[in-house]
Amino acid sequence: MSLTRAEVVRVADLARLRLSDGEIDAMQSQLSRILEHVSALQAVDVTGVEPTAQVTDLVNALRTDANWPSLERTAAIRNSADTDLGMFRVKAVFEEH
Amino acid sequence: MKYIATIGLEVHAQIRTSSKMFCGCRTDAAHAAPNTNVCPTCLGLPGALPVPNRSAIEQIVKTGIALHSTIAADSTMSRKNYFYPDLPSSYQRSQFEDPLCIGGHVDIVVNGIDRRINLTRIHIEEDTGKLNHMPDGTSLVDYNRAGVPLMEIVSEPEIESAEEARLYFQSLHQLLSWIGVNSGNLEEGALRCDANVSVRPEGQKEFGSKVEIKNVNSFRNVERAINFEIERQTQVLTDGGKITQSTRGWNDATGKTVEQRSKEFAHDYRYFPDPDIPPFHMERSLVDQIATTLPELPTVRRNRFIEQYAVSIADAELLTTNTTVAAFYETTVAAVVKNNGTARDASVWILGEFFRLLNDQGESLTEAATRMTPAHIAELIGLLNNGTITRASAKEVFEICYREGTAPESIVAARGMAVIGDSDALLKMARDAVAANPKAVADFKAGKEAAVKFLVGQIMRQSRGQASPQAAESAVVAALAEV
Repeated sequence: MSLTRAEVVRVADLARLRLSDGEIDAMQSQLSRILEHVSALQAVDVTGVEPTAQVTDLVNALRTDANWPSLERTAAIRNSADTDLGMFRVKAVFEEH
Repeated sequence: MKYIATIGLEVHAQIRTSSKMFCGCRTDAAHAAPNTNVCPTCLGLPGALPVPNRSAIEQIVKTGIALHSTIAADSTMSRKNYFYPDLPSSYQRSQFEDPLCIGGHVDIVVNGIDRRINLTRIHIEEDTGKLNHMPDGTSLVDYNRAGVPLMEIVSEPEIESAEEARLYFQSLHQLLSWIGVNSGNLEEGALRCDANVSVRPEGQKEFGSKVEIKNVNSFRNVERAINFEIERQTQVLTDGGKITQSTRGWNDATGKTVEQRSKEFAHDYRYFPDPDIPPFHMERSLVDQIATTLPELPTVRRNRFIEQYAVSIADAELLTTNTTVAAFYETTVAAVVKNNGTARDASVWILGEFFRLLNDQGESLTEAATRMTPAHIAELIGLLNNGTITRASAKEVFEICYREGTAPESIVAARGMAVIGDSDALLKMARDAVAANPKAVADFKAGKEAAVKFLVGQIMRQSRGQASPQAAESAVVAALAEV
């Protein structure tokens, strides 16, 4: 399982990672090795095994529609790098690219 | 060449709950100070465990039943991954592979013709936060809305015109309010609509490239935005150009759509099942129990009105705009019929005089109904039908009752508005009218019958509408015979 350079760039982009050329090269081989490692699982015979995304066997873990206390606003925004008017300030939002 | 349009609508409706989809924060984002309805769960802080809101899920099931969907016995939540500041956890909890409701349909009437718009699915989703763009280019983010429960209702791409799209959206709006799962408040964004629009040459089988128009939030703008987009795409194709798959935003001020994102930059959402949220299983018995909580649906009630009360289709539509109007009408019919009136009398006065006054005053039916009760309308119709007051007086009494809430009988008694049928009094008024209008008299003598109507009109005016029109006409004929 070998990743192309373009695939690494694409994955980095989706993960919001800015990689240098050297890092892309390193990731290309390292990520490929990780995928190879995981692909060993492909050899397991899963005939008759239901696909699942859950391991708890829980179903309908629901709650009643009731309110609970929200955070104090000062606490809610305290860890933000920048705030104003009780809101989180973020840099200019451009559409993709 | 003739082009045809294909439209699919995605409607996001806020579900009426007091707490958010996965936490206990309040859902009244529009009325709360920024970031006061937030907690670790809806802020996407590490370690918080989202727990789904049972009521939200049951209300989607209720909607699915009303829209003739199949309720999935098993469904799951997925994560839709993308980075945007309005999304604190960098994924939106939604449904992908196994939605709660599958299929279904909405029936609409387009230019008198029945049309059925099929649904693809209805699924659970959480809302995002709100960005406030500042003049310096930064944005201030309020997460009150983040995590508010939504249902997304997805239609099949089989809507054929902007008008159909609007009617479909209106029909959903009516139904969701009717069954009580949505506030219907478009101004506050309780119902929002994205439209997928494509055009292709007539005769071509495959769809053209689709363009998604985001966030159109009024009936009028749904129609405007889609019409603009159909014309724009048709023009591009006519000029020999190509439509590329893209996302466009609707600008209300300019009346145009503007490109936001094209396909080459399209999101790759990398959906995967949310490991935090165990799957849902819907017992058939619960679905059946939820079905029993549905009221008589608008189209069913409309058709019953047509059959039971012999009202026209158009009137029945108006009388089933919402449950308040429909209930008011039926209560009034019962009262009117008891008072020797007809169901038709009830609809005439409600749709005519009452709706006109509500429009003029900008008042809701619920507010006005504290004064203009069904009993008052029945009493008024009774006074008209038994000849106590004229039709003209009845309108005046109606308006006074609307303003003051006084019973019509009391209004008529207190203001002496009973019909003037007294022939001596009317003959005197007729003589005055004849004396004051020599031209009308001359016209009459020249054989113009219309002059009689004119003179009757003078009496009606003088009596402020209280004269019996028939008696007034007899009096005019008698007075004319004297000259």
